[in-house]
Amino acid sequence: MKHVLQARNINKFFRDAEVFQALKDVSFNVDKGEFVSIMGKSGCGKSTLLYILSTMDTNYEGELVLNDKVLTGRSAQELAVVRNEHIGFIFQFHYLLPEFSVLENVMLPAKKFGLKSKQEIEHDAMEILRRLDVHEQALKVAAKISGGQKQRIAIARSLINNPTIIMGDEPTGNLDTKNSENVFSILKELSHENNLSLLVVTHDTDFAAKTDRIITMEDGKILSDGL
Amino acid sequence: MTNWGLLLKIAKTHLITRIKQSSVAALGVTFGIATFVILISFMTGLNGMLDGLILNRTPHIHIYNDIKPSEDQPIDYFDELKNSFNVVNSIKPKQSQVRVHNAKALINFLEKDKRVKGVTPQVAAQVFYLAGSSQLNGRVNGINVLDEVTLFNFDNYIVKGSAEALAKNSEGILIGSGVAAKLSLDIGDKVQISNINGTIYNLKIVGIYQSGLADYDNIQSFANIKTVQRILGEGSNYISDINVKLHDLSLAPAMAKRLESEFDLTAIDIETANAQFETGTNIRNLITYAVSITLLLVAGFGIYNILNMLIYEKMNDIAILKATGFSGNDVKLIFMFQAMLIGLVGGVLGVGIGYGVSVIISHTPFETEALPTIDTFPVNFNGTYYVIGVAFALISTFFAGYLPAKKAQKIDPVDIIRGQ
Repeated sequence: MKHVLQARNINKFFRDAEVFQALKDVSFNVDKGEFVSIMGKSGCGKSTLLYILSTMDTNYEGELVLNDKVLTGRSAQELAVVRNEHIGFIFQFHYLLPEFSVLENVMLPAKKFGLKSKQEIEHDAMEILRRLDVHEQALKVAAKISGGQKQRIAIARSLINNPTIIMGDEPTGNLDTKNSENVFSILKELSHENNLSLLVVTHDTDFAAKTDRIITMEDGKILSDGL
Repeated sequence: MTNWGLLLKIAKTHLITRIKQSSVAALGVTFGIATFVILISFMTGLNGMLDGLILNRTPHIHIYNDIKPSEDQPIDYFDELKNSFNVVNSIKPKQSQVRVHNAKALINFLEKDKRVKGVTPQVAAQVFYLAGSSQLNGRVNGINVLDEVTLFNFDNYIVKGSAEALAKNSEGILIGSGVAAKLSLDIGDKVQISNINGTIYNLKIVGIYQSGLADYDNIQSFANIKTVQRILGEGSNYISDINVKLHDLSLAPAMAKRLESEFDLTAIDIETANAQFETGTNIRNLITYAVSITLLLVAGFGIYNILNMLIYEKMNDIAILKATGFSGNDVKLIFMFQAMLIGLVGGVLGVGIGYGVSVIISHTPFETEALPTIDTFPVNFNGTYYVIGVAFALISTFFAGYLPAKKAQKIDPVDIIRGQ
């Protein structure tokens, strides 16, 4: 099967007061359509790894490959384009732009991408919102939406540019059980029905257990990879 | 690829949702620009008026025959004493006529010159105004009154009567307001004038002249050239002064110098005669710009502050934008747009308010003895200053926005997301 994302010997050092190695020789692949979770205690380096994989953190050693293209060493400008086109994000704190409407929030990355007309983007955004059952909130201002809905809108936003991979940093960490299950089933469905790759960082064992593959980390190293 | 419309829309949304802060920032700019427009309109209006007071009625080149000693004394022509140190005591001015020699030919020559807008000859006569037993020292200038009106706005200084009345009446005189007051004369009265030899002439007052300079108005009157030539007992080719107006004032010094050397006359140009006016104008303009720039600097610091705060508030938004594919440059542009929108709105509003206040000032009564033709404050409504005002607003907000926007560009989204 084709590798969508490859991490090769990633090392990360924090050089504040003293040198601290946060990631030690991390290597793994994510395949197309795979739903992978990274588990570990807080401080084990799983979030640090995700930020490197998401191209937002460029200060690391090793090599990062997305769709057979090496991303390591590219300019910030180029990486922004890669994020826009290929990577969808879901954060723990369902970050939306509070002053904009739900629809505008979802449309924003596509408008930035600038491939489709405004009408097409709006149509696509409404389709995705309908699929996630939040289309009724489309014209509300993002600040006035409940937490569970916000996270679904964030998922809708991550999908708008048909990304290669979706990355989540504790996507259910801030939600109650019901909403948490709801979000999980949406992600699962995306992975299986749309053949979308997902990489989710979590410390929620129940959540991780339901994914296709669990990578466990400790002290900056991969402890086990459930291949 | 930069999607300007999208970035502009984000900037606008940020501003509109914080309308209070945005308004305060824009009002700072408005205040600065309005002050600039009002100050500069009023100052240049005043400058224009003061220039008009002296410069408009001053000939660009004034030609006359000055009485002065010869520059070369006979001894200077004596070759054998060339290298010695010669002293000549009690040099007296050369005996010569007051009139301009061959004036008609000179006027013809000047009128053919393409640089010359117009030429007016004058005849000046020393006279006494007679009223009963009292005699008043004075001076009558013979003029072609209609030419003086077209070239030197002579009619601006006629407070009673008209220039046409003088042109039609060969026995008429426009009397200085000071003379009229002293002799208690008014329009329609007759005034007796005696020349230096004591011959008396009766002239009818057809108008009153007031320049605003009291010393001048106390002695000066105007009559037709022929009248004054008769008073002096001279023929029609007797011309004492020639006034020249050019199309381009800046050519005056060079031309005056050439005329002096070519025709052996005295030719004074306007810049030499009124150098202090230029200086006054420049200093007033300098003060106007200094005050306006200071105000804009203060407004700029206000914008800098507000944007800095906004960026701290908007850390999350910046992180989301960067995570979803907006580059640092895009984020910088968003905040630059915000600053410049504040500048644009504030600037346009400032120019509007500046115009409004200028209109009010231009309708405010302003009457003074010294300026007979002006009854409201002078204001210059030159469009250039409004363009400069808006440009000022944009430039100052550009610089005020640049540093905070640069900071937003450099914010690391990982720091923000991790910090939650």
